[in-house]
Amino acid sequence: MIFTIAAKELRILFASPLAWIILGVLQLLLAWLFLNQVDAFIGVQGQLHQFANPPGVTEMVVAPLFGATAMILLVITPVLAMRLIAEERRNHTLPLLLSAPISLGAIVMGKFLGLWLFLCLLIALAAAMALVLLAGGSLDVGLLLAGLSGLLMLAACLASLDLYFSSLTAHPAVAAISGIGAALGLWLLDIAAQDIAPLHAFSLLQHFGRSNRGLLDSADMGYFLLFTATFLVLTVLRLDRERLP
Amino acid sequence: MNCNDILPSLRARKLSCRFGARVAVDGLDLDLHPGEVLGLLGPNGAGKSTTMQMLSGNLAPYSGRVEICGVDLSEQPEAAKTHLGYLPEIPPLYRELKVSEFLRFVARLHRVSKADLDAAVRQAMQRCSLGEVAQRLIGNLSKGYRQRVGIAQAIVHNPSVIILDEPTAGLDPLQIREIRELIGELGRTHSVILSTHILAEAEALCDQVLILNQGRTMFSGGMDDLCQQWQEDGPRAGAGNGLEEMFVRLTHQESPR
Repeated sequence: MIFTIAAKELRILFASPLAWIILGVLQLLLAWLFLNQVDAFIGVQGQLHQFANPPGVTEMVVAPLFGATAMILLVITPVLAMRLIAEERRNHTLPLLLSAPISLGAIVMGKFLGLWLFLCLLIALAAAMALVLLAGGSLDVGLLLAGLSGLLMLAACLASLDLYFSSLTAHPAVAAISGIGAALGLWLLDIAAQDIAPLHAFSLLQHFGRSNRGLLDSADMGYFLLFTATFLVLTVLRLDRERLP
Repeated sequence: MNCNDILPSLRARKLSCRFGARVAVDGLDLDLHPGEVLGLLGPNGAGKSTTMQMLSGNLAPYSGRVEICGVDLSEQPEAAKTHLGYLPEIPPLYRELKVSEFLRFVARLHRVSKADLDAAVRQAMQRCSLGEVAQRLIGNLSKGYRQRVGIAQAIVHNPSVIILDEPTAGLDPLQIREIRELIGELGRTHSVILSTHILAEAEALCDQVLILNQGRTMFSGGMDDLCQQWQEDGPRAGAGNGLEEMFVRLTHQESPR
């Protein structure tokens, strides 16, 4: 059931130009950043051997690339997530799901999974760009995988957060703007976190940043899982509330 | 997915719904057996759609209970909903999907097995005469076709109970006739509830009628009983035909009889 709904979400997403435009624009932006980083790396490569423990190509090119992907995810996920529930409500298609023999949890999980799989595709394209570097040298696979898993977890957090915003309204644009607002808020939190230590624990990007530096901490993973689960549960509760008059 | 013939396929007891202080539906009782068509009649705002939303599990009732094929809708919603097909007032359609794609999705949602999927979709499309638009996007269809897709999604999984909220609204006379024939055909094997404010439609299709006014049940029983009651009350001079006259009388009086 969950996969039926996820497959439907993906099909509708790819039936609209939105998905293709996002994929195209994202590739263009990331390619630009990637080439810049490669260029900068080649510029300093000659001097790197003077250091005792010089940064490798993975650290200097791939990590910034993933960092940029994370920032782009913050802004793009609300746009993709806005339709998930808000548009169903606007088009009066929710009764179809609500009168079918599936639980609200399965509906929400299906929608979440559909969005997350699409974000995985975005991340896979960014990773493919990084893997191209293998043609000219070797990569630090551990660092690459740590960064990738951080990105995947971040995508799950954002997908569930923005799905929740989509469940609050019947206007996709309102959902998108709330989502972008929350994303920017999380980003501001990241800046503030440098001065106020307790905020460290709440900032999404702080947790992602650690895994992008190659540190897979179970506390970070716990944070991501808890964040995702919280907003999924809130979405289910919000939809359940809607059945009451 | 047919349920027991002895049990009523749909039963509602003391079903009530309130929006704040306003009572939308007040103590509605309903029994529907397989092979029966029930017409839900009433003026606009009488609570027809609200009743149907409660019967289909889209709206939690304030009090009372609904059983579909003997399964309680609030206690075992998923088991109860497997027997249910519902067409809301506005057909729930995904404009971006093709008709056949959409019906496949709905059939999967209603747990039609992969092996039976093609046959189920084909039968639903054939019943609703959708064969020629099977590969077209729903967003590009005319209103009549969309309404038919809406009915097709309610019957694709062959449910025991079919709830249709104003299935013929906004259609042209030819389409209305086709849809009525389809409902008549469905009514022979399934339990059908339909709401309408076209009285001729109720007269032509329904075995039972339930007349609502301001949420209260003004009349519930067989079509024959209604006609009989009209005969007993005595037709007034200059009044319309039986059902219309009864409808006007019932929806204008204050207390239920």
